[in-house]
Amino acid sequence: MKAKAPTAQHPLAVHQALPHDSAIKHVTGRAHYVDDLPEPAGLLHVYVGTSRVAHGRIRQLDLEEVKRFPGVCAVLTAADIPAVNDISPMHTLDEELLASEFVHFCGQVLFAVAATDRDSARRAARLARMDIEELPAILDIESALAQEAYVSPPHEMQRSDARAAIAAAAHRLQGELRTGGQDHFYLEGQAAMSVPQEDGDLLIYSSTQHPSELQHLAAQMLGRPDNAVTVEVRRMGGAFGGKETQAAQWALLTALVAHQTGRPAKLRLDRDDDMISTGKRHDFRIRYEVGYDDAGLISGADIELASLCGMSADLSGPINDRAMFHSDNAYYLPNVHILSYRCRTNTVSNTAFRGFGGPQGMMGIERIMDAIAADLGLDPLQVRRANLYDGPGRDTGRNVTPYHMTVEDNILPQLMDELEHASAYRERRAAIAEFNLSSPVTRRGIALTPVKFGIAFTTTFMNQAGALVHVYKDGSIHLNHGGTEMGQGLFIKVAQVVADAFRVGLERVKITATNTSKVPNTSATAASSGTDMNAMAALDACTTIRQRLVTFAAGKYAVAVEEIRFEHEMVRIGTIERTFAQLVMEAYLGRISLSSTGYYRTPKIHYDRATASGRPFLYFAYGAAVSEVEIDTLTGEYRLRQVDILHDVGRSINPAIDLGQIEGGFVQGVGWLTSEELWWDQKGALRTHAPSTYKIPVSSDVPEKFHVNIWPGGESHEPAIHRSKAVGEPPLMLAISVHSAINQAIASVRPGRALPALDAPATPEKVLLCIERLRRHPA
Amino acid sequence: MPESIRFLLGNELQELSGFDPQMTVLEWLRTRVRRTGTKEGCAEGDCGACTVALGEVVDGAMRYRAFNSCIQLLPTLDGKQLVTVEDLAVQDASGESLHPVQQAMVDQHGSQCGFCTPGFVMSLFTLFHQPAIQATNGPALDRQRIDEALAGNLCRCTGYAPIVRAVVQAMEQAPVDQFSNRQEELVAKLQPLQRDSMLQLEFQGRRFFAPRTLAEVWELLRLYPAAQLVAGATDVGLWMTKQLRVFDTVISLCQVSELPRIERDEAAGTIAIGAAVTYTDALATLVSAFPEMRRMLSRLGAVQVRNAGTMGGNIANGSPVGDMPPALIALGARLLLSSSAGRREIPLEDYFIEYGKQDLQPGECVEAVVLPLPVAGQHYAVYKLSKRFDQDVSAVCAAFCIRLQDGKVIDARICFGGMAGTPLRARSTEQVLLGQPWNDETLPQVMTRARAALAEDYSPLSDWRASREYRLLAAQNLLRRFFLETTSTEPAQLCGPGQAGTRA
Repeated sequence: MKAKAPTAQHPLAVHQALPHDSAIKHVTGRAHYVDDLPEPAGLLHVYVGTSRVAHGRIRQLDLEEVKRFPGVCAVLTAADIPAVNDISPMHTLDEELLASEFVHFCGQVLFAVAATDRDSARRAARLARMDIEELPAILDIESALAQEAYVSPPHEMQRSDARAAIAAAAHRLQGELRTGGQDHFYLEGQAAMSVPQEDGDLLIYSSTQHPSELQHLAAQMLGRPDNAVTVEVRRMGGAFGGKETQAAQWALLTALVAHQTGRPAKLRLDRDDDMISTGKRHDFRIRYEVGYDDAGLISGADIELASLCGMSADLSGPINDRAMFHSDNAYYLPNVHILSYRCRTNTVSNTAFRGFGGPQGMMGIERIMDAIAADLGLDPLQVRRANLYDGPGRDTGRNVTPYHMTVEDNILPQLMDELEHASAYRERRAAIAEFNLSSPVTRRGIALTPVKFGIAFTTTFMNQAGALVHVYKDGSIHLNHGGTEMGQGLFIKVAQVVADAFRVGLERVKITATNTSKVPNTSATAASSGTDMNAMAALDACTTIRQRLVTFAAGKYAVAVEEIRFEHEMVRIGTIERTFAQLVMEAYLGRISLSSTGYYRTPKIHYDRATASGRPFLYFAYGAAVSEVEIDTLTGEYRLRQVDILHDVGRSINPAIDLGQIEGGFVQGVGWLTSEELWWDQKGALRTHAPSTYKIPVSSDVPEKFHVNIWPGGESHEPAIHRSKAVGEPPLMLAISVHSAINQAIASVRPGRALPALDAPATPEKVLLCIERLRRHPA
Repeated sequence: MPESIRFLLGNELQELSGFDPQMTVLEWLRTRVRRTGTKEGCAEGDCGACTVALGEVVDGAMRYRAFNSCIQLLPTLDGKQLVTVEDLAVQDASGESLHPVQQAMVDQHGSQCGFCTPGFVMSLFTLFHQPAIQATNGPALDRQRIDEALAGNLCRCTGYAPIVRAVVQAMEQAPVDQFSNRQEELVAKLQPLQRDSMLQLEFQGRRFFAPRTLAEVWELLRLYPAAQLVAGATDVGLWMTKQLRVFDTVISLCQVSELPRIERDEAAGTIAIGAAVTYTDALATLVSAFPEMRRMLSRLGAVQVRNAGTMGGNIANGSPVGDMPPALIALGARLLLSSSAGRREIPLEDYFIEYGKQDLQPGECVEAVVLPLPVAGQHYAVYKLSKRFDQDVSAVCAAFCIRLQDGKVIDARICFGGMAGTPLRARSTEQVLLGQPWNDETLPQVMTRARAALAEDYSPLSDWRASREYRLLAAQNLLRRFFLETTSTEPAQLCGPGQAGTRA
């Protein structure tokens, strides 16, 4: 295995491959997560009792035995909520903190029990007697569509007449693809602790991506103003979208207990309960019909997306919007119609997960590319290349997305050329065809798929961020911003930007926990935008302080502002030199403010949802991957033989961190599309709710030949922070190449036929049954 | 009667009494001594975030192995050294020096969110201390070995690539650390903690015994007929952490002097494996006699599970999806059961009566499993199918053992796991094969009949691991694979993980 990160060209803190700021704390066990924090005296441990039916009316909740269990101090139900019983993130008021009258999914929380230790709380919670009248439950997409049960109305996006274009095309095909859900499987489960403060205020420690929302929901629930609640999060043990909205419920339950008892309260979910009671990636059913010419060039595309949203809206609206925004992936669709159904079901409310609907949208169009290639007997790469958006130096008018945004920065033609060459795609594809002719049992497949991913929250107002920077009089710097650290390396990247702003060493910068009392009204750390927004906000704060220092120095030493330079821990003021710390002390004595907030709003973006047109994204991130697999036609098992990735991160602020995001995102995507299968029984109960039954990738699933490279010379087309690009989500979708390669290998069993209809996740079972269908129906 | 346990926590002697003997090591670490570096990721031994190292004196030297502390019972620490992530770095006047495995994880960017990291660090630590690795450090550690060492640790952030690079970096160094430097001192500290009599603990009505002889086990079973026997607790541990089951009495078989035996008796033509032999300890003997078992054994659980789990436990609990029973039944293994009333030996398949019901009499325990050594003309294979290659429960586990004479099948034993409520032999299929020539010419017709027979032998269920349709189809195809592999040199299956090509 090899991995290359471009070496630092710049002597300063930015653009350097520095370790994660907490790396030493991670490896020594000193990094604190919520459950590791020192426990306040009198701490109560909270646990929950949940519904065992998918839909029902609560007739009676008998909690007498729960209350009597030794160690139990409080048992709380919906009736104990002081003000608003709701945790919906977008004010849809459709998801209760504690179910009051109806339950809407198996695993919904009905009551909370607080005890002196966690074990007692867990045991007590199981003693409840629940009398719930079962009601008819909607458990799948088809049933929801039949009953027109939606969490939000169907939404359409179109340009010109797709149906007419398809009808007029030389070739047509249609098909259906299903993609399964995915559990986040953050290694640290949901956890929170509330500590009562003066005036009935609360300090909440939570493992959340969205402290401000959690603060607001807690205050709303208690009937208090937002300023009565402070939320702090130092780090999360993984999140991946699963702690954007899903962290709130558990934190609010501790807040409720703390409010009602006056004692600190902590809740940490057991893994099984975490998996049963928190939302996941949306399952999708994708249907398509396309028209195209002899070269595979698409003239019309009609795409229908239907997703399983679960019992409430949660973030399903914007998630499904993003699926629509990525139904084109990297390809120009001249005449296009995209229709999206957001199905309400009696299952846990599905939620944000790395890619936020984008991966599902892309799966559809990538399947279309493979299907066209199979139909025409072409190399799928040839079809993909033919349909790409215009790139630099090629303007054929093929550069407008289905939502009427012009693609200005498409580097895929060049990037895919380089990857094709570097991975020896062509030669290997020929060798694989040869191998498949002579191999009796195993077959191979190879695929190159691109990613084009839009960067910005599609809900425009969320594209704002704040920061707070203090320079203390000894020259040390305190950094705070609204972004949260979930392992993605946000904190080190922003710290690098701050150190660079003052041209000081990184060791001067103290990274501090995200805290709603330092930076208010923050957006979730999500949409890959953490660094883009928070580093800009922090830079704004630094610029303010730096300008004050410059103005002060210019006045004090009677030197022109232009002659003051910060470099290497020093400040040159004309011919005078001061260390950074010296100048800071002088400025302090000169009564200069050394603290500043910073603020950033993403420029250029606008979107009109009514007409489905505008510029929802500031720019696009690009990448491509080649994956080669081998399948076993007797059992459906498969191995990933080789992966080559070339991914664009602009001018990387930290190539080591970015490389980690690419490698990790890819493997997480492989899990989604291969071994990670969520299985519900007929009553709507999730039966794969632990790592014993839900299989995320392990080390042996990652090939030895895993060649991951950052696109050399990349540079953001837009003035993003230091010309870098967002990297959190896009690499996940590089894994589509694996799914495509498996399907290619299956197709080799009966070459020359229509593309096999392999769904995701492509478990060995799905692969074998696909092969069996081909064998049984060779014609 | 001793009422306390003694062990080293890092370098410090701990003597504990008055504690719940069913407490896990993780619970004790996190809530009693607030060593919070060790994490709970799943509380069922499947994610490795809670991995700790246990040091024992073996042949006068320290031996470290990785365990899942979330399902390891606290009393099992008695006489051992518990090493957690907090113990690895060395603090001295010049500051802190990270352990080589920690330094490698930092250098190679092996942590992102950091939550799984302590577990990986401890797995790497035990790998660093493996004598075999120490003898041949560096190049000998190919990717397959690394994957095997890491299979019990889940990471959701990194995609493992940087962790694999960290393993390579760490293992390139001389295997010297503060533990190897202090080995004599540690051995001297642990020797006095070894006991020669039964450990007995009682706390608020919950009892724990670690008897030293089978006679003591039988006596305890007489006194406490409802006692739960454990031999590794990789399954019973979950009953406690997930089902919240409480047992009045737990009897651990791990200290019984008769049970760790591994005996190869050439005269009798058998190998006997005691009920308390861990998979790790049984591996070498089993693989030397049955190399065909290696692939399955290396995928059974993961390092942490194989270090604690035992064949005796895997058999005794009667799981329909345990991987060992089919492999053993196909070989014609017999089960040795014993009680104060005496011993009896039964064919292993007869032990499994139906789902949840085994032929275990009151007062009885599994003492050993006895395997016949291979005979001339014997062909044997074990196949395991699961959603994920490593550390997964089988959807289907298949074991085939035939004996050929003059090109004809004179004996056939086929056993599947995951196809019924118990591990079950494919009796009709065996009958179809008996007497048949085993070659290419006869294949089509024999196979057609055998496939049909398999459908008679089994009526598998659909569940989250696989559908009925897949189970049956795959079972039939595995029979074909067995035929291909015993009659041809063509590659008939995928290579193992981490290998670049097929097995050709």
